[in-house]
Amino acid sequence: MDSALASDGAVYLRHSVRTAAKLLVVGHFAVGKTTFVGTLSEIRPLRTEETMTQAGAHLDDLAGTESKTTTTVAMDFGRLTLSDSLVLYLFGAPGQKRFTRLWQDMTRGALGALVLADTRRLEQSFDVMGLLEEHGLPYAVAVNHFDGAPVHPEEEIREALDLLPETPLVTCDARDRVSSTRALISLVEYLQTRTAQEYA
Amino acid sequence: MTPPRRDPGRDRGLVRPYVVTDGRAYPTRNTFDLVTLVMAHGDRPLGGLSPEKRRLMDLCLGGALSVAEVSGHLMLPVSVVKVLLGDLVDSGHITTRSPIPSAQLPEAQLLQEVLDGLRARL
Ligand SMILES: Nc1nc2c(ncn2[C@@H]2O[C@H](COP(=O)(O)OP(=O)(O)O)[C@@H](O)[C@H]2O)c(=O)[nH]1
Ligand SMILES: [Mg+2]
Repeated sequence: MDSALASDGAVYLRHSVRTAAKLLVVGHFAVGKTTFVGTLSEIRPLRTEETMTQAGAHLDDLAGTESKTTTTVAMDFGRLTLSDSLVLYLFGAPGQKRFTRLWQDMTRGALGALVLADTRRLEQSFDVMGLLEEHGLPYAVAVNHFDGAPVHPEEEIREALDLLPETPLVTCDARDRVSSTRALISLVEYLQTRTAQEYA
Repeated sequence: MTPPRRDPGRDRGLVRPYVVTDGRAYPTRNTFDLVTLVMAHGDRPLGGLSPEKRRLMDLCLGGALSVAEVSGHLMLPVSVVKVLLGDLVDSGHITTRSPIPSAQLPEAQLLQEVLDGLRARL
């Protein structure tokens, strides 16, 4: 596999690329993160895994070895070359609090995050929104439209998610390239207004 | 940034680093972000490298990639890749570019470039 990879030029970045920007695509299980990243990525979407081992219940067994539980956390990522010199990386990961290390890694240097939400279980978005707030990362919310999911007026969704008035709320279809691109554009436009305010 | 400190007796953190990286869970330096771009030097001897470092060099000799991509292609956890890369930077096999990209450009300019790039894709 490695040698096949090495011979595939599309895998590698253009020589002229100088800057890498990072945005996160986050949300609860099955909300469409992998789909979203896959729709937009120019490279075959990759996954990277962190195998976390935690000492289990801090009890040693009779042999004196620690019992441990191992959790594998997967993170999807994709790449979009935006100009000769700029590449954008999208990282998709679930919002579980216990994966502190992964979140530190993911949020470091990130410009912002797009939170995907599903109207059938909006309350499941709270964890990830809380984590973003903890890490001080600005975000926009995109309601990913699932067939048969209830369509609520924007005001109701805002209220249910307890969004700040300035937080953008858009709808998207993670399977559609244009729709997904528009959702990212809303996020970046919002990030821009925030930077403008900071320096005003 | 200093690497997070753990009590090694209580919580061993990641399992695999100890297998692949001679018992070290953290790189010799901590300058790798997920989107740090890494490039291999084609003129360095590959002889004494471990199999994992050899695989990493084989991949990276093809062109520039981010740390995250190296991890994904090699199917190794990011933490492991960072340790391997740290050694390979020390030995002169690998160089990196823009550790924290947003620090190199004013954020407003970077955002504008991202926005222009995204709009051009519609
Ligand atoms: N109808 C519809 N289905 C979607 C959409 N996005 C994702 N799905 C489906 O929902 C399921 C979960 O999506 P996935 O991307 O794996 O979610 P993840 O767990 O957040 O990565 C998959 O079967 C997708 O095909 C969407 O926008 N509309
Ligand atoms: Mg997924």
